[in-house]
Amino acid sequence: MLQWLPENVSTFGQGVDNLFHAIYWLTLIVFVLVMGTLIVFLIKYRHQEGKKADYIEGSTTLEIIWTAATTVIVFVLAMFSYPQWNNIKSPTQFPENPDVVVQVNGKQFNWDMTYPGPDNEFGTDDDLELENELHVPVNAVVHIRLTAEDVIHSFFVPQLRLKQDALPNRFIDVWFEATKAGRYEIPCAELCGFGHSGMLGYLNVHTQNDYDAWVQERWPQ
Amino acid sequence: MHDNEHSSHHEESFISKYIFSLDHKMIGKQFLIYGLIMLFVGGGLALLFRWQLAYPERPLPIIGASPQYLEEGEVVTGADRMWERIYESEQEEWLEVNMPNGVVEPAFYNMLFTMHATIMVFFVVVPILVGAFGNFLIPLMIGTRDMAFPILNMLSFWLAVLAAIVMTIGFFVPGGHAAAGWTGYAPLSSDPQWTGVDWGQNLWAISLLIQGFSSLVGSINYITTIINMRAPGMTFFRLPLVIWSLFIVAILLLLAFPVLSSALALLIFDRLAGTTFFTATAEGGGDPLLWQHLFWFFGHPEVYILILPGMGIASELVAVFSRKPIFGYRSMVYAMIAIAFLGWIVWGHHMFQSGMRPGLGSVFMTTTMLIAVPSAIKTFNWLGTMFRGSIRFTAPMLHAIAFVSMFVIGGLSGIYMANTPVDIFIHDTYYIVAHIHYVVFGGSLFAMFGGIIFWFPKMYGRHMNDVLSKIHFWLTFIAFNCTFFPMHILGVGGHMRRISNPMQYEFLQQFEGMNIFITMSAFTLGFAQLILVFNFFWSMYRGKVAEKNPWHVNTLEWEAPTPVPHGNFGQIPTVYRGPYEYSVPGEESDWIPQADPEHAPATSGD
Ligand code: HEM
Ligand SMILES: [Cu+2]
Ligand SMILES: [Cu+2]
Repeated sequence: MLQWLPENVSTFGQGVDNLFHAIYWLTLIVFVLVMGTLIVFLIKYRHQEGKKADYIEGSTTLEIIWTAATTVIVFVLAMFSYPQWNNIKSPTQFPENPDVVVQVNGKQFNWDMTYPGPDNEFGTDDDLELENELHVPVNAVVHIRLTAEDVIHSFFVPQLRLKQDALPNRFIDVWFEATKAGRYEIPCAELCGFGHSGMLGYLNVHTQNDYDAWVQERWPQ
Repeated sequence: MHDNEHSSHHEESFISKYIFSLDHKMIGKQFLIYGLIMLFVGGGLALLFRWQLAYPERPLPIIGASPQYLEEGEVVTGADRMWERIYESEQEEWLEVNMPNGVVEPAFYNMLFTMHATIMVFFVVVPILVGAFGNFLIPLMIGTRDMAFPILNMLSFWLAVLAAIVMTIGFFVPGGHAAAGWTGYAPLSSDPQWTGVDWGQNLWAISLLIQGFSSLVGSINYITTIINMRAPGMTFFRLPLVIWSLFIVAILLLLAFPVLSSALALLIFDRLAGTTFFTATAEGGGDPLLWQHLFWFFGHPEVYILILPGMGIASELVAVFSRKPIFGYRSMVYAMIAIAFLGWIVWGHHMFQSGMRPGLGSVFMTTTMLIAVPSAIKTFNWLGTMFRGSIRFTAPMLHAIAFVSMFVIGGLSGIYMANTPVDIFIHDTYYIVAHIHYVVFGGSLFAMFGGIIFWFPKMYGRHMNDVLSKIHFWLTFIAFNCTFFPMHILGVGGHMRRISNPMQYEFLQQFEGMNIFITMSAFTLGFAQLILVFNFFWSMYRGKVAEKNPWHVNTLEWEAPTPVPHGNFGQIPTVYRGPYEYSVPGEESDWIPQADPEHAPATSGD
């Protein structure tokens, strides 16, 4: 089933995919065991003439075993997940000194991207606003100040394994580092009105040279 | 009280017997019919939007305009004639606004899935599992003559009818019905300017407020009845598990629904009085996340409200048709109590990507993982109950087995989403849709079907047709899995939920075939339900006449005569043992009714 996952192109995406795979195998094994047992029971203990069921009221030992076993399994799983989650979402753990900072503003039904320009400050004359096109260099840390204008939207880049809701009047910090140049879709993942379907931006990940050329073109010196 | 069936029979007029009935059994049946009608409404809405997902922008079959009409304006079919008439008329007709030429408009699409989910959750699953089974079973299974407050009980049903009427009106007001999802996230829901939906969303909120009152009244009744009116000898640990589940659900409803009601009230203020509880304005004001916290503080307990009665019903069926005591009766009860407690501290798992502080995400992941434990315990106990049993594959048992298997899938898929890093990817995709349907359709609805067939003889004095029941089961089971299993794959591929046209996205092109397959399966699933309805109504009049206790069940409802008279029992039964004394060693018959004074003293449940 996991071959359906879109290709991963972010540094943290591999960690997500590993967890995905781990849970996949874990749940698959549990599923096969439980369903296998069920089917064996259904065949073996089907009603047969002259055969009575056994009177069994339960087993405290078994109850303790499976309660403990499931508790341990889910906690081990959780232990492996905390660091991944913090790495992706906790602003205190983001890589510092980003190479690019962009403000992304979701509004019905577009993504507005704002670059601070050479002075690295938003709200100045050299800011650049682009509709639905985000440009970043490959292998570089990108910080996004995510916000929304009207209702809640959700910034989703499947290949980056990244999703974050964008809220009106609030700035949420998001980061990523893309590992492969290319053009990726940025659908909106949170219902935001009649134009929600089709609210779509693009993430253009350039090689460093291409990115430099793009910057040069936008802010000629 | 009413010891003689005949005397009470004559006193009642048609109206007091069938309409404004105070009898818990009639009210239960009313809820059942109500829920089944709404099931078809909700299902119909789903088929409309499923068509759009498979064939985006293509006119619907039958009512859609023909290609000739669309291209050359040539009227070929009856549908073309209808469209011609609609376009010529002066007024803006409903169909013209929502689906010109039979093509579902994006705004209409949003309204369709919003109302589909709203109706299924609030007007089908809760009314049937809690309203119908709760009312019908509680007094009968605890051994009493009626609910503690019969008038409140009637009120509960008629409030639910009122809520359904208000909800239905919403479809026809200008601006259309609510279209912000069943979760109604603000500010999309709280400010009409973002959707163009005007009174639709208001009526949605008002209807749910009324439905909240109905549930409140009902749950007070259930709790009081179960605590105070149990037959002599019916200790708490001799209660059948389905009664335990309904008892716990009633407590959850009592505590959870007021939270939704408060949120709805604030929503109405925001919409009608210009307050900004759920909007962050430049001058300050409220917060959109407040809505989400309130909604899910109610919403997560609500999803357990949807499943617990299903668990209870499945437990009854598995024990009866394996002819064995429930494996670990007490651990089943404790698991349900654990679910009821833990259910209050996991709501944040719906908000991992919402902008809630990430540290909280980790906390909610932990609690959510914890709640998987009692779910696992219950599953193992069902398997344990079948172990060394003598399993009869009756139609109700098939449904119970399906319930267990589908719940396993739904529970396991929950683990993926509980895992915060993985949820980053699958949140708001079809993976969630698959999960919901495995637990609520695969779980609650299969249990409901099984329960209907199982208790039908007590309700209507006749059996449902066995062959039809089994055909319905297999068709439903297969079509259900063909419809919802592939949605896991869509989710893994990143397919967002709540989009009306996946073909607008490059990375979703590959899923066109799968979406078509799902839609075909969904139509099959929908039409298979006609068999159930036919069987239901046909059997009411033509089914095989049932004896008093055709399945050889221990619990008290089968002590009452069939059909059950007003007042239920001639003499209130006394309970001597737990509900699951099947295949007791040394006994000739493989069941000992709870009210049977003879036989060895009970071991179970004391
Ligand atoms: C093993 C137990 C379960 C776990 C671990 C679990 C976990 C989750 C999680 C984490 C979500 C949120 C996913 C997201 O939006 O990203 C979710 C959604 C949901 N769950 Fe479960 N769940 C479990 C059982 C159930 C049961 C028993 C039901 C109901 C009968 C249920 C009904 C739902 C529904 C309706 C939603 C989606 C709500 C929406 O966004 O529209 N779940 N579940
Ligand atoms: Cu959107
Ligand atoms: Cu939940």
